[in-house]
Amino acid sequence: MNSRIIALLLSSTICLPASAQTLATQPVVPQAAKAAAPDANGLTGSVSDDSAWQSLNIDIPAFATDNDVPTGASAGSTAQLGQAIAQVITADLKNNGLFKPVGPGALPSVPFEQISAPDFTVWSARGAEMLVHGSVQNAEGGRLTVGCYLYDVGLHQKLAGASWIFGPGEWRRAAHKCADTVYARLSGESPFFDSRIAYIAETGPKDHRMKRLAIMDSDGANHRFITSGQAMALTPRYSPDYRKIVYLSYLNGSPRIYVYDVEANSQRLVAETRNPTFAPRWSPDGKWILYSMAVAGNTNIYRVSAQGGSSEQLTNTPGINIGGSFSPDGSKVVFESDRGGSQQVYVMNADGTGQHRISFFGGRAATPEWSPRGDLIAFTHIAGNLRIAVMGTDGSGLRYLTNSWQDEAPTWSPNGRIVQFFRTEKGSGHTSIWQVDLTGRNERRLPTPVDASDPSWGPVRQ
Amino acid sequence: MPHLSRLNTATFALVSAAALLSGCASKPPKQLPPEPGPAATTTTTTPSPDSTSLQAGPPAGSQADFRASLMGQDTIHFELDKYNIDEPSTAALRAQAQWLQRYPAKKATIEGHCDERGTREYNLALGERRANAAKNYLVSLGVDASRLTTVSYGKERPLDTASTEEAWAKNRRAVTITVD
Repeated sequence: MNSRIIALLLSSTICLPASAQTLATQPVVPQAAKAAAPDANGLTGSVSDDSAWQSLNIDIPAFATDNDVPTGASAGSTAQLGQAIAQVITADLKNNGLFKPVGPGALPSVPFEQISAPDFTVWSARGAEMLVHGSVQNAEGGRLTVGCYLYDVGLHQKLAGASWIFGPGEWRRAAHKCADTVYARLSGESPFFDSRIAYIAETGPKDHRMKRLAIMDSDGANHRFITSGQAMALTPRYSPDYRKIVYLSYLNGSPRIYVYDVEANSQRLVAETRNPTFAPRWSPDGKWILYSMAVAGNTNIYRVSAQGGSSEQLTNTPGINIGGSFSPDGSKVVFESDRGGSQQVYVMNADGTGQHRISFFGGRAATPEWSPRGDLIAFTHIAGNLRIAVMGTDGSGLRYLTNSWQDEAPTWSPNGRIVQFFRTEKGSGHTSIWQVDLTGRNERRLPTPVDASDPSWGPVRQ
Repeated sequence: MPHLSRLNTATFALVSAAALLSGCASKPPKQLPPEPGPAATTTTTTPSPDSTSLQAGPPAGSQADFRASLMGQDTIHFELDKYNIDEPSTAALRAQAQWLQRYPAKKATIEGHCDERGTREYNLALGERRANAAKNYLVSLGVDASRLTTVSYGKERPLDTASTEEAWAKNRRAVTITVD
């Protein structure tokens, strides 16, 4: 991954990010709408009432260029890139059920001069309420400069503007950055499109699945298999800087967790031990790895520096303590334990003190994950079927997000608005990755080349 | 086994008799145990070859021989979410131990498995727990611990791929595999 992003600091021809800061930074909807009241879904506080900004018509014509020339990008020339980028932005918004986007295929082209001075009457006549204009130009060293601007058509006002320089192989990131700019400005939420997902690609018969570690962009593009499938791979997690992936492999005949260096294409054991190790997790600052280790049949949670070295044992009860997800400030860990007789969710301080149970709903509660926003914990509730659910960090306010035969292992989008999980089909055992909005709406499948499970979502890329 | 300790002997006999008669709903259909024969009462004889004297049978002391001799008792089963060794399992483990003591140089791996109706990571740990329970029981029967290793496959390697209670009961298992 050769991401060398150079922030544009000085240029007289391109709208500077700095000028975006002089614009109003409040979301488009009035503040009152954001202080949410509980609705029939039981939404409170943490999820804003999005009905006001969700229905905005937003037109996204092809990005323009002042010079249609070849580029090193897979999408083609600067003009073709302009089309492709607008399509990626449109798909990002459409797939996530955001706004009412109209993409470049249905829209007139925009001359380069209008990028910073739109012809609002044209767009108003088309019924657009919001408008995206953008530009694509070649930069030094084969790189690309992409500019992205959001306009309020009714007010004739620029709401946001930014530009980025990417290598030609990373042009999709410019599109995602633009989608993030638009989304963040209109909703008041944090961005999430410019991110990657690590997961397990599955093929083969149900009783002998081939499982390979794989990675892809948040929209499923730029897919890449990492392992060959010769040794079963499970439960991967991207490091916060995207340089490493921790995962479980049967490489040496029994389950052990490894840290894989993506650039170097090499890996090492997380813990130098002959005991089986499972369930690797990163701390939000990337400095620690949590893992679970079984000794004489009992599994407990340990913490080790990401650089390696000796481990610190955090739990010490007979039974199974496994998993672990840090709160975003790194001070607490939520994990699962059956010390009380069945799988339930517990919270402890990051040093292992203060362990207490928070799930008291009946059935079993597993795979807890702390929202990046800090306010909710997503988990798998097992009561007959396996369902994705969320609860407060004190275990209150259980709310189901899905209702199928077997949904498990939720992880969060970087902005804590979307929960991603995998679904197993009864009988066939086919698996697929799904996402659902925190409101429970817009449940949709993320397309993958073959069956897919164990998805984990990395943070917004810098 | 914690749940048995609360029963007195008479109740225990009654319960286990009833269990044998009713064929516990959660258990898969069991094969009848092998007829008692010379191999069961002595500790040092080699197993008798296949009853058809014309065939040689699997090599004595091989994994194929282990499987043939054990006739399904190389595998023990577990209740949902449990890892304790129940009565039929003790019989199977005794049979395993007898064979292993006949070939004291042989090592074995015990695989622990779960059914698909649980989450992946917990099932990896539970499979390890089940394998360990079987290992501990074999050790208590006199098999040297250094001969035994455990490996968990969680829910990754079902024996029966159906999504039914019957299939799941078959999949909740620990399988002993000797190393050739």
